[in-house]
Amino acid sequence: MKQLLEGNHAVSMGVLRSRVQVIPAYPITPQTHISELLAQFASDGTMDARYIKVESEHSAMAACIGAATAGARTFTATSSQGLALMHELLHWAAGGRLPIVMACVNRTLGAPWNIWNDQSDSMSQRDTGWLQFYCEDNQDCVDSVLLAYAVAERVFTPAMIILDAFILSHTTEAVDVPDEMTADRFLPPLNNPHAIDLDSPRAFSPVVAPDHFTEVKYRQFDAARRALTVIDEENRRFKEIFGRSYSSIETYRTDGAETIIAACGAVCGTIRAAVDRLREEKTPVGMLKVRTFRPFPSELITDAVSGVSTVFVLDKSVIPGQGGPLAQEIRAALYDANKRPRVIGAVAGLGGRDITVDLICEAIRGLEKTKDTPQPFFLGMKK
Amino acid sequence: MTTPDTAANERTDQYITPGHLACPGCGATLAMQWVLSVLGKDTVLGLPACCFSIISGAFPHTPMNVNLVHTAFETGAAIASGLKAGLEATGRGHAHVVSWAGDGGTFDIGLQALSGAAERNEDIIYVCYDNEAYMNTGNQRSSATPRFARTTTSPAGESMHKKDILAIMAAHGIPYAASASIAFPDDLTAKVEKAKHITGTRFLHILVACPTGWRMPSDMTITAARLAVETGVFPLIEIENGERTTITYLPEPRIPLAEYLSIQGRFSGMSKDEIAEIQRWVNERWERLMKTADVSVP
Repeated sequence: MKQLLEGNHAVSMGVLRSRVQVIPAYPITPQTHISELLAQFASDGTMDARYIKVESEHSAMAACIGAATAGARTFTATSSQGLALMHELLHWAAGGRLPIVMACVNRTLGAPWNIWNDQSDSMSQRDTGWLQFYCEDNQDCVDSVLLAYAVAERVFTPAMIILDAFILSHTTEAVDVPDEMTADRFLPPLNNPHAIDLDSPRAFSPVVAPDHFTEVKYRQFDAARRALTVIDEENRRFKEIFGRSYSSIETYRTDGAETIIAACGAVCGTIRAAVDRLREEKTPVGMLKVRTFRPFPSELITDAVSGVSTVFVLDKSVIPGQGGPLAQEIRAALYDANKRPRVIGAVAGLGGRDITVDLICEAIRGLEKTKDTPQPFFLGMKK
Repeated sequence: MTTPDTAANERTDQYITPGHLACPGCGATLAMQWVLSVLGKDTVLGLPACCFSIISGAFPHTPMNVNLVHTAFETGAAIASGLKAGLEATGRGHAHVVSWAGDGGTFDIGLQALSGAAERNEDIIYVCYDNEAYMNTGNQRSSATPRFARTTTSPAGESMHKKDILAIMAAHGIPYAASASIAFPDDLTAKVEKAKHITGTRFLHILVACPTGWRMPSDMTITAARLAVETGVFPLIEIENGERTTITYLPEPRIPLAEYLSIQGRFSGMSKDEIAEIQRWVNERWERLMKTADVSVP
């Protein structure tokens, strides 16, 4: 059924349809609406879930870990400083192989203070072992929750679904919310064989000495790598049931493109419009949307850009002294390719600065000039 | 003087078997045996970083015969909250969820999560086994370390008095908060038994002597733990609903504190004035307790 929903509420509806059992949550802007609607669902009986009003994001993730270890389907949401506060426990969740799903509403990290959107929070958690899915629109938000559980519960790896603050979180779109029966068909109840068993006690995440630790980590690594195949399978199953599909990468008008603009998240919508305009001007450009950022779909990306001369990577976060994380990953992926397009890294949209179609078009038109510019260069900076 | 409950004694090695990795004379291991002997097999332990993270390992072995969830240092009460919710959601809400934390994870880094869980009155039993320093990492001071005790981070003797964790926890208005000692197993197991039948947050503060950190022979564990109670430095009490305080063991007459201090290397070098100062501190606290508390000694 189509409903007008902001991105945050689309996430909440995804959680409702996923029949989540435990929701520990702590409010933080701009995530708050997700948790508020879930609190409503849990208190009025719409949802058979236990809502734990924890005192911090750190405790929210700890409670998720406890509930998931017990075998319950578990969800929380956060942003920015809250995600950073969880950092330690993100490793515990991933190392403990717990299929927790969390929504991260992308907001920048202080200092200085800023509540607006960029991707510095989720990008700085990219090495915690969580799967990361970047959403482009509100339909993506509701569907991604279901998809994330389907994948996480097969590879026993936690998953983060990521949506841009305000651009998606507080913006209303028509969204097709799956009905209960169809959602249940896609995502049956969780039955985790690796959970607490009162009749056969287990020790979870104990001390592991050097003679076993590497093997444990290898299994975790391997599961994350295998996740790419599982993501693909679950996407196909999702398409069969719902008619919509989400692949790990998506391309737009890349046929005959000489330049491909690559990005994650809602900015891909803006890039589509920019590509259309540039194509009208006979500039051969296309777009590469990286939806699955972890595990990084290196081969898919390498195939998608083989043959173009330039990959223009638009990052909405920056690693000081290094560059943009997406540009860095794409460069690394291309290193082993036979034909390596040049990769130009650009940073834009920090701390909520608008990324416009004009801004992208201008950058592409001026690409020759930026050839020798030190990278990353910052788009739209005031003089 | 109390005598161990023989029935409980016979059951003690059901849940923690020989082969654990504790130091000789470990008081914490005794506390674990006594607590689990009362709570039984349907117990899930949430275990933040502490001595027991090591004692109960290492992979692929464990001496523990109950489910055990290891977690980060400051998350004892938070993970227990999640464990309880997860067990309820999966139809096993009857299981006791115990957060088993040391004094560092309770008095210091874990206090925020503990306060949060207590304020929400989570249906968990939080056990702080208190050996009065960060013993797992080699005896660094915590806010449970007594004044003048020498640790590696208070080499000249700790400058602050021990934090009153029981009063802090009782002030949350939780249904049950109690102190207990491994030297008084009847009293300890009676308190666990009482806690077992209460719903809501129950807090047990168990003093566990630590020969390694307290710098004394490993056969002195019970002696030291007993003297802590008999000198009045560690009163055995319970506080119900944050209001009614009951003294459950009355040391009469109270043994001079010097006797407790003198058997422990961590207090070596204390001057007579310093000993007198601590004695005065203990006396004042004891008098205050006698004014406000009931006495109920079985």
